[in-house]
Amino acid sequence: MEWEVVIGLEIHAQLATQSKIFSGAATAYGADANTQACAVDLGLPGVLPVFNEEALRMAVKFGLAIDAEIGKKSVFDRKNYFYPDSPKGYQTTQLHYPTVGMGHIDIELDDGSTRRINVTRAHLEEDAGKSVHEGFGGLSGIDLNRAGTPLIEIVSEPELRSAKEASAYFRKMHSIVTYLGICDGDLSQGSMRCDCNVSLRPKGQTEFGTRTEIKNVNSFRNVERAIEAEIERQMDILEEGGRIIQETRLYDADKNETRAMRSKEVANDYRYFPCPDLLPVIIDDNYIEAVRATLPELPDQKRHRFQKDHGLSAIDAAVLSSQRELAHYFETAAQIANDYKLAANWVQGDVSATLNRLELDITALPVSAEQLGQILLRIKDNTLNNGGAKEVFNALLADPSQTDIDALIDQLGLKQVSDTGAIEAIVNDVLAANPKLVESYLATPEDKRAKAIGPFIGLVRKAAKGVNPQVVMDVLQQQLNRL
Amino acid sequence: MHNKTIAEISRDLAAGVYTSVDITRELLARIEQHDAQYNSFITVTAEQALAQAAAADARRAAGQASAWTGVPIAHKDIFCTNGVLTTCGSKMLSNFVAPYDATIVDHFNQAGAVSLGKLNMDEFAMGSSNESSYYGPVANPWDRSRVPGGSSGGSAAAVAARLVPGATASDTGGSIRQPAAFCGLTGLKPTYGRVSRWGMIAYASSLDQAGVITRTAEDAAMMLNVMAGLDAKDSTCMDHPVPDYTATLNDSLAGLTIGLPKEYFSRDLSPAMAEKVRTAIAHYEQLGATVKDISLPNTHLAIPAYYIIAPAECSANLSRMDGVRFGYRCDDPKDINDLFKRSRGEGFGNEVKRRIMIGTYALSAGFYDAYYNKAQQVRRLIKNDFVEAFKEVDVIMGPTTPTPAFPQGSNSDDPVAMYLEDIFTIALNLAGLPGMSIPCGHINQLPVGLQLIGNYFDEARLLNCAHQFQQVTDWHQHTPHDLA
Repeated sequence: MEWEVVIGLEIHAQLATQSKIFSGAATAYGADANTQACAVDLGLPGVLPVFNEEALRMAVKFGLAIDAEIGKKSVFDRKNYFYPDSPKGYQTTQLHYPTVGMGHIDIELDDGSTRRINVTRAHLEEDAGKSVHEGFGGLSGIDLNRAGTPLIEIVSEPELRSAKEASAYFRKMHSIVTYLGICDGDLSQGSMRCDCNVSLRPKGQTEFGTRTEIKNVNSFRNVERAIEAEIERQMDILEEGGRIIQETRLYDADKNETRAMRSKEVANDYRYFPCPDLLPVIIDDNYIEAVRATLPELPDQKRHRFQKDHGLSAIDAAVLSSQRELAHYFETAAQIANDYKLAANWVQGDVSATLNRLELDITALPVSAEQLGQILLRIKDNTLNNGGAKEVFNALLADPSQTDIDALIDQLGLKQVSDTGAIEAIVNDVLAANPKLVESYLATPEDKRAKAIGPFIGLVRKAAKGVNPQVVMDVLQQQLNRL
Repeated sequence: MHNKTIAEISRDLAAGVYTSVDITRELLARIEQHDAQYNSFITVTAEQALAQAAAADARRAAGQASAWTGVPIAHKDIFCTNGVLTTCGSKMLSNFVAPYDATIVDHFNQAGAVSLGKLNMDEFAMGSSNESSYYGPVANPWDRSRVPGGSSGGSAAAVAARLVPGATASDTGGSIRQPAAFCGLTGLKPTYGRVSRWGMIAYASSLDQAGVITRTAEDAAMMLNVMAGLDAKDSTCMDHPVPDYTATLNDSLAGLTIGLPKEYFSRDLSPAMAEKVRTAIAHYEQLGATVKDISLPNTHLAIPAYYIIAPAECSANLSRMDGVRFGYRCDDPKDINDLFKRSRGEGFGNEVKRRIMIGTYALSAGFYDAYYNKAQQVRRLIKNDFVEAFKEVDVIMGPTTPTPAFPQGSNSDDPVAMYLEDIFTIALNLAGLPGMSIPCGHINQLPVGLQLIGNYFDEARLLNCAHQFQQVTDWHQHTPHDLA
C-alpha cells in the first residue's frame, strides 16, 4: 500500500529575556545548580508570579513575523501535574487564549520550490527545571535554574509530509526566531526543542491515522532521522496489519530508533483552569504596531533582496540568508567591497571551507567581516590577485590582530604589480636569462604557443611576487612576438 | 496595660506613660501565663519582640517615632515571616521557615510595630471553627468549650483574651468576620486587591484577602493604614488611592442609606439574632441614616459556588506541598510517586484533603463546564446583585453569622453544616467587596456581630460607620467573663 506521512511539530523556543517569565531571577545558561532560582521559581508557599512584559513583546514580535493573528487578550492557565522538577505542581501556560494565533511560514524544498506551512498557534509558558539522575547515589537531584524560563510553544498544523519537510520547517523556525533576536537558537543547550507528531494514512484517505509523539528532539538532523525511524516503524506495523498505539516516544540517536515512554505519563488529566494570580493580558493596536516597527528584515525578505537587488543565484541567496549571523557577515563584507557577488563567492568558498575545516560558527571566525571586506576591496582595485587575497585571509586567520590590511599586504609582499613598464623590465630580464626557452618557444608552431608561454609566466611570477597575471601575459606575448 | 487598644497604646507610648519594652514584656508574660487555655499562638517570638521593642524605644528617644513605633501586634500564621516558622496551621509546613516577609509583615516592621508571634488558624485557612489546625483547636475566651470561629481563630482569641491588642488575619469566605463576631471583636476584610497577597500562603487566590481583627474600628483603621496599597509583587493588587482611614472616622452619618437584604432576614435567621441586628440598625437611624429594603436574589447560590471555586483553586495552590523542596516529607519513600503520595497523605489533615479532592473533581475533564465554569457564571450574578444594590444604598447591613459561637466538636462530623456557617459572609468574597463585623449584642452571654458590607474600595466609609456605632454602644468594650 502507498502511505501518506502526516507530521506536525511543536517547537519550544526559550525566549532571550534577561529574567524569567514570572520572576526576577536571571535566565543565563550554565550557572551552578539552583543559583538562578528565586523563591518564585522554587514555588515556595506565599509567593506570587508577576508577568515579564518582555516575554509578551517577544511573542508578539514572533507572531507578526509569521503573519499571525495576535491575541489582544491572552490568558494564563494552570496545567496541573505532579513532577519533581515542576515546582508548583502546575505549569503556567496559555490554553484558550494564546498570544499568537493562526499564522504561516514558507519552507524551501530540495527542488528549489517553496511550500506554505500553517502554524496553528504559539503560546507563552514557563519552562520546567531539570532532574539529574547521575551522581546522587541512586537518588535524583533537582536543578531549578531553568524553571520559569519563558518559552513560546509553536504548534504547526499537521501539514508536513516528510521528514525532510519537517527538518526544513524546524530550520526555518530557527532562522526566524534568531533573526528576531527572541531566542538564541542554541540547540545544544536546549534553547529550542521539538516534539514531532507522526502518523501514516493510506494515500487518498482524508482522516488521520493514529499518531505518536516523539518528545524533545534537539537537532535538525535528529528531527529528520527520528521521524524517518518512526515512519519506518509505523509502516512495518501497518503493513503487517497491526495498529499504532497513541503514545509518547523518545528517540535514541545512538540506536536510531524510537521507543515508548511509560504510558502512565500519557494518561494525564491536566485540569486546566485560568491562573487566578495573573490578570488577563490585554494589548491594543498601538502596542502591536509599536512592536511591528521593531521587526528586522526577515530571512525570506533578505533572500529575495539578495537575489533581486544584488543578482545572487537562488542557492547563494538561500544559503546566505538562512542564518542571521552568516547573513550579517556576508552583507557587511559585501557592502564594504560594494560587490555582493564577489563577497558571495568568498563567503560560500573560502569562508565556508574554513568554518567547516575548523568546525567554527561564523561568529567565532577570527577574520572579521570588516577585514574580509577590506581584502575584497583590494581585489577589486587590483592591489591583490586571488592568490594573494587568500594568503592575506590565511594570515589573518592565524593572527587576526592585524588591523591594517594594506600594511599586511606590504609586509607579505603581496602587492600586485600592474605597472606595464616595471613588468616589461622583469620580462626582458627573464627572456635574456633563458635563451634556450626562448628558442624553443619560437620553434613552436603558432597554434601551440599559448601553452608554451606557461613556463615564462612561472618565471616572471617567481622573479616578482604580486605581479598582475593578466598584465604579465599581455607583456610576455608582446615581447616574444617582437623577437 | 493589657486592656488598652492600639490607639491607646500609641498615645501612651507617645506620652511616655510606659515604654514599648514595658508593654511587650507584659503581653509576653500574659501569653506565657494564659495562652495554654486558649492555644491562640503557634509561635511566640519573645526574643525578637523584645529586640523590636527596644529598637522602637530607641527610635522614640531619638525623636523618630511615628504612630506605630513600638505598638505590639501578632500575625496569623498564614503570613510568611523571614526567619520565623510559618506553618499555616499544617503538619505539612511544620518545619517551614520562609526566607522572606509577607508584604504586610514588612509594612508593619517598617512602621515600627512589634510582632509578638504567629497565631493559630484552621489548616491552610480551611475551616470555620479553628478545629482543623495541626496545632490543636483554639478556645473561645468567652466560653472555652466553644469555638472562636475560623479560620482566623487564633487572631480572634488572642485579641479577645487581651494577649495582643490587634492581629492580622485573612478572609477567604468569612475567616475574619466570623471569628470577630464569635469573639466580640471588630473584623475588617478589605476589598480584593486593596492589600497585597505576597507572602500570604494561598488557599483560594481569587478570594483570599488579608485584613485585621481588633477591638475597635479606630484600631482597624490604623492597621489598614499600614497594610493597604499597591504592591508590584502581587499582580492582583490594585493601584487605588490609599486615604488616611482614621481621618474620616468621625464623619457624620446623616444622610447615609443602609440597605437591608431581605434574603439575610429569612426564616433561617433565629429571632434572637434578627432582633440584635434590628436593634443595631435602630442605632444607625438615630445617627441619621435611612434604611431601605433591598434584595440580593442570588444569595442562596453563594455557598455552592464558593465550594466549587475555592476548592478548585486550592487543589492547584496546594500542589506545591509535595515533599520535594520544603515542608513535611514522609520517611523512606520508595520512589517519587510514593514520596508525593505519602508526604501529602501524611502531611495534610482531613478538611484539606476533602477540599483538594472536591476541587480536583470539579476541574476534571468532562466536569469543568458543569462545575467550575458554572460556578464562575454564578459568581458574576452574585457580583451583579451587589453592583445593582450599591446603586441605591451606601452600605449593606445584616448579621455576620446565623448563630453565636457553637460548642467545639458540634459540627466536626458534618462538613456541610460547617460550610453553612459562612452563609452571610461568603458572597462578599465572591464579589470581592469589603466587609466588617462589629459587636452588636450578646445572645446567651455570647457575643454576636453586625456585618457591614461596603462598595469597592469604600473601606473608609465602613470604618466610619463602625466607629460611629462604637461611639454610641459599648458592646466592643465588653470583656470575656474569664477576664473580668
